[in-house]
Amino acid sequence: MIEASPSLALVIAIGVQFGAGVYLLLERSLTRVLVGIYLIGNGVNLMFLLAGGAAAGPPLIGTGPEEEMADPLPQAMVLTAIVINLGLTAFVLAMAYRSWQLHGHDEVQDDLEDRRLARRAERGEFDSRDDDFGANLAVEAAEARDETEEPVISEQPSPFARGDRGDGS
Amino acid sequence: MNWLLPMPVILPLFTAGFALAMARRPRAQLAASVATLTIVLGIAIALMVITHAEGPQVVNLGAWSAPVGIVLVADRLSALMLVVSAVVILGVLLYSVAQGLADGDQGAPVAIYYPTYLVLAAGVSNAFLTGDLFNLFVGFEMLLAASYVLLTLGGTSSRMRAGSIYVIVSLLSSMLFLIAIAMTYAATGTLNMAQLSTRLAEIDPNISLVLQILLLMAFGIKAAVFPLSMWLPDSYPTAPAPVTAVFAGLLTKVGVYAIIRTQTLLFPDGRMDTILIVASIVTMVVAILGAVAQDDIKRLLSFTLVSHIGYMVLGVGLANQLGLSASIFYVAHHITVQTALFLVSGLIERRGGTTSLEKLGSLTKAAPALAILFFVPAMNLGGIPPMSGFLGKLGLMQAGIQHDTGLAYVAVAAGLATSLLTLYAIVKAWNKAFWQTAPKPLPDTDVPRSMFVPAASIASIGVLLAVVAGPLYAYTDAAARDLRAQTPYLTSVLPDGERGEGLSHQVEEE
Repeated sequence: MIEASPSLALVIAIGVQFGAGVYLLLERSLTRVLVGIYLIGNGVNLMFLLAGGAAAGPPLIGTGPEEEMADPLPQAMVLTAIVINLGLTAFVLAMAYRSWQLHGHDEVQDDLEDRRLARRAERGEFDSRDDDFGANLAVEAAEARDETEEPVISEQPSPFARGDRGDGS
Repeated sequence: MNWLLPMPVILPLFTAGFALAMARRPRAQLAASVATLTIVLGIAIALMVITHAEGPQVVNLGAWSAPVGIVLVADRLSALMLVVSAVVILGVLLYSVAQGLADGDQGAPVAIYYPTYLVLAAGVSNAFLTGDLFNLFVGFEMLLAASYVLLTLGGTSSRMRAGSIYVIVSLLSSMLFLIAIAMTYAATGTLNMAQLSTRLAEIDPNISLVLQILLLMAFGIKAAVFPLSMWLPDSYPTAPAPVTAVFAGLLTKVGVYAIIRTQTLLFPDGRMDTILIVASIVTMVVAILGAVAQDDIKRLLSFTLVSHIGYMVLGVGLANQLGLSASIFYVAHHITVQTALFLVSGLIERRGGTTSLEKLGSLTKAAPALAILFFVPAMNLGGIPPMSGFLGKLGLMQAGIQHDTGLAYVAVAAGLATSLLTLYAIVKAWNKAFWQTAPKPLPDTDVPRSMFVPAASIASIGVLLAVVAGPLYAYTDAAARDLRAQTPYLTSVLPDGERGEGLSHQVEEE
């Protein structure tokens, strides 16, 4: 537990890094996102330093009285976090580079399938192979008509004009 | 027997190094990986038997006593998770081996596949076994870093797109987790979960609420609980089938496991229960509506995955004995079933050349065995009696009614509606892919039997869970009782309430 109040300079540094990091994280370019993540990561590392309490001497037994030692545990955790951050940074950089190779930019793409479904919903189309496609009355009426007549709708490429349908209608 | 505890973490890591060194000898890699994961499965089963008989097993790593050093703890919950995950990891490995052999040299770069897969296995085991919050973070990072590589395997355009979303969201959740850890340490001065359990009760309740929310946010992203689940259906379907299967089966469940631990061990006062129940209702309903709209089988399955996470979170939110027990049962059921379904969707892709429900068709005639293999886990997922999915849902619904609040009844209704809609979505997929005539004739390929067998084994384990449901429910009941009582965990980690069984000396309090 921290007895002393935290150092104001560190608190401000953490705040600035978090703010800048979140701003960059909202960008589309992978490189900027990466810098954002890295800034936030550094902010968290400083938080760990704060969590360890006030600055003090090296935590080595025999170098001084135990009361003047800093808490070694947050330092160990910061080291681990830095190493993990380093590895992941390398990975995201490689990903940004690969994305640049493929597309000429490193921006995060939209999901095509998602867009397609959204567009389909906007146009009010129905699943072409659903069993209950009775919402479009005009099509239904046309299909239900006398089958000896020339089918009207099969000329246009309608998703409903399927060969094995209409056997029950 | 507690020397067994670190093995599920250490063995895969060692073999990963060995496999990396043997990069030019796929056969040696393969033999080592299969052997290691089989041994891990054996150890996991042994651990489950031992913990069930003798109570939680604890190792103080490097003989540093508990709050100072890192502890590994296997209680009933972790042991069960370990067994189920070991089964799934081994099964998916065999499936991917068969796929690699079937594809010949055109397949994925196998040289890095095995090592990465083993690191993933080690990370999952570590997350289940650890008794230290920071070590949990390390476990998460291990499995996430491996999952980044597996998801972007081959570096194709669509995988880079899916991968970048997944990586960014995961990095963000890791940062949230790290912030929560730093704040927890600042507030309590410890990260040992057993010690945290006592100390968090002593600090200012408002601060502990902030910590709880931060941790639940971080785990909620990993478990894909509704407002935090958007990334999952975007990123999972593009990966190779075995990779998606193991992700779907395990990674989200690691998040669920972490939520269970947080809620029962660290914050047992239940102040977030209402929010968890609301989140679970929204998760179930919104995601299953998403599944109904999909016309790609992998995407459909990804949405059902998110939706059914809601069931598990519901049990945790209800927080009564029955709810917790059913939740744990449901995790075991869902890991096997969801993995089996994704493996089968990989087989469908091989047989039909696509996973789009617009193009598939007439698979019952072309591949009757495949049809059965899809039908059984699909019905299991939908909760048709007497399968394990039904039993899990039954337990959760009973728990909701036992809870006897308005919200719990809404949750029960949402659960029933979700179950029906799952059945609808799955039957729709079944109709289109298997029953209806294909718009164009399917390519004339065959599914290799070696891929068929692992998928069938995992699917049959899902069915077998219903056969052993009595003993399994007894086990999860005991696990839930342990979780709610906390004492078996606390007294095994810190026998005298202060220190674990290690060598480090007690420093006098200043």
